[in-house]
Amino acid sequence: MLTLIKGGRVMDPGNIDGIFDILVDNDRIIEITPFERSESNAHELLNKNNAIRIIDACGKIVVPGLIDMHVHLREPGQEYKETIETGTLAAASGGFTGVCAMPNTIPANDNRQVTEYILNRARDVGKVNVYPVAAISIGLNGNKLCEYGDLKEAGAVAVSDDGHPVSNSRLMRRAMEYAKEFGLPVISHCEVIELSAGGSMNEGIIATRMGLAGIPNVAESIMVARDIALCELTGAHLHIAHVSTSQSLSVIRDAKKRGLPVTAETAPHYFTLTEDAVCGYNTNAKMNPPLRSAVDRDAIREGLADGTIDVIATDHAPHSILEKDVEFDMASNGIIGLETSLSLGLKLVEEKIISLSVLIKKMSSNPALILNLNSGIKKGNIADITIIDTNISYKVDSDSFCSLGRNTPFNDWEMRGRACLTMVGGKIVFENMADS
Amino acid sequence: MQFERKHILDMDTLSAEEITFIIDTADRLKEISKRPVKKVPTLRGKTVVLFFYEASTRTRSSFEIAAKRLSADSISISKTSSSIVKGETLIDTARNLEAMNPDIIVIRHSSSGAPHMLAKLLKTSIINAGDGMHAHPSQALLDIMTVREKKGYIKGLRIAIIGDISHSRVARSDIIGFTKMGAEVVIAGPLTMIPKGIETLGAHVEVSSDDAVKKADVIIMLRIQKERQDTFLYPSDREYSKVFGLNLQRMKKAKKDVLVMHPGPINRGVEISSELADGPYSIILDQVTNGVSLRMALLYLISGGIRNVDAD
Repeated sequence: MLTLIKGGRVMDPGNIDGIFDILVDNDRIIEITPFERSESNAHELLNKNNAIRIIDACGKIVVPGLIDMHVHLREPGQEYKETIETGTLAAASGGFTGVCAMPNTIPANDNRQVTEYILNRARDVGKVNVYPVAAISIGLNGNKLCEYGDLKEAGAVAVSDDGHPVSNSRLMRRAMEYAKEFGLPVISHCEVIELSAGGSMNEGIIATRMGLAGIPNVAESIMVARDIALCELTGAHLHIAHVSTSQSLSVIRDAKKRGLPVTAETAPHYFTLTEDAVCGYNTNAKMNPPLRSAVDRDAIREGLADGTIDVIATDHAPHSILEKDVEFDMASNGIIGLETSLSLGLKLVEEKIISLSVLIKKMSSNPALILNLNSGIKKGNIADITIIDTNISYKVDSDSFCSLGRNTPFNDWEMRGRACLTMVGGKIVFENMADS
Repeated sequence: MQFERKHILDMDTLSAEEITFIIDTADRLKEISKRPVKKVPTLRGKTVVLFFYEASTRTRSSFEIAAKRLSADSISISKTSSSIVKGETLIDTARNLEAMNPDIIVIRHSSSGAPHMLAKLLKTSIINAGDGMHAHPSQALLDIMTVREKKGYIKGLRIAIIGDISHSRVARSDIIGFTKMGAEVVIAGPLTMIPKGIETLGAHVEVSSDDAVKKADVIIMLRIQKERQDTFLYPSDREYSKVFGLNLQRMKKAKKDVLVMHPGPINRGVEISSELADGPYSIILDQVTNGVSLRMALLYLISGGIRNVDAD
């Protein structure tokens, strides 16, 4: 079956930007033609073949499918919080054609069987591409390396003990050396446990006033500095997860200047919110690392603008009311993000912090590059495509989310711009063109 | 003045006028505790649930006695005797209690914000009897009441709070309360126990505890929480008592009419020496006595204060 995406502004940073028609045959892009010249083509095709579907993308932005490289799908083990089916449905509705599944499932994704289970489930019930991230250490315990060779063969795209820092520096060194062997990036959750223990929000005035134990910025930045030192020693590709502090940014900026193979991500909540969101003991503003000060939030924005931060990833962490409708210090860390990420990114564009093409880079091209995925709007490529309506205004309604999680601090927010169509391998997995 | 608050959750929300009104009410109720028959029928038919998730002697018995002197029916639930040990969540336990139609739930909880969560969810009035490191409004109110009783006024007094400010809900509520009433609050203690941004509550940080003692009209000593020793807050009881504790040596520098207070329980010989805890400056037991009347005032005012106490 043929699909023609007509008249949209096709934007694949560094590759293409302009009004084009994209012709998709089954799962692949077979032709990209300038809009004006394709009028006749389409008619020709239409005459030749009745089974052509035409998507009118006039006034919309057509981009390579967004990739969220930091998602907790919770399956296997915590299907009451999220499943591969609901999580990928949420991804599709947020404009993502691919997500990385973090390994802190139950059991943890520390062996081939779990990786294969995730991929099989994704193939059977998933709406978007699922890229498993395997654990650095068995059981995420920080004691013993996993079998990276076997895991890569099974389909893992990176390794990480996300949720737990690798406290043992020797293990981290070996993990980086060993992962380099297989070309797997090491995604590091940077946290010095001894400095963060007991804390439930950012250390500072708000924590003092609310009587909550704080987590200081250095709990993150010390570990970022250590991992960068190990990156220099090993030459392995280090990717720093969910950067939240200005100090971490300085260290990463310096490492990049020195040419080290370091990349970094932040999440929409770190460039949007500050610790103020916790006021009223709002457990939907509790995550790890915690929301920081306005100084940090502004530094994160600067880091996005100057390229120190390569990727926007959500750290989508669905929880049920069992984990969130409890006393603040007992509530689980994490918020969902798949269905609000793009809109919050577009806010940055509207505020002129970054350009639209830089946003697409950070939400699509850069994650693909880091994970060694072949993506992009090119003739012959698999048709993973997102169509964005940057003009539509809407109000976030968490009850309408596809995710099983409702733990978002952005409910009721007024947003402008969102995905209106998500195509994975030529198949439309989400469509809301009617509202647009 | 008509008291219109439904809950007492912290000192932030109370105005100086409301604080004065509560204390005036407590002053009037104090006489009841001196009667041979220490009971008035004011809250007859009202039910007060004392929901204590955390150990407490003073506050719990104080609230219970307060409820009984006003003829309210009170029941007491502790963490170990409740279904919490069976894994029931706070919200579920509270909703079940509410289903029995109490008028007031007094809650003590180790998590900051727990009373606020209940206030949002339940229709019953909530009184915070201490939540985590956040607030202890009834303690702050009885502290203000006691100082006013002894000094006659609050405005312009210099209140020194010395010790572990970081982990103290009493310190936070006292700083806010006394500042609202026009006193000047200074805090002192090891820097490991002074939290970031405490000045925003209205307190000045005094570098030396000697200086804090020297200029103070009232000294409030805080309990050193021995259970926290593993977090490297201070090296030893010995050094703490020497550098930060209140002892005769340090008291020589104090004003002659200084008042010494402590929210209890005290560690004799650590933050305060026995001579001072039991000495002439100490009003520690007056605090406890006033605690009952103050809590009677809270229960009475929260219940609407419909019936005139004096007439009963």
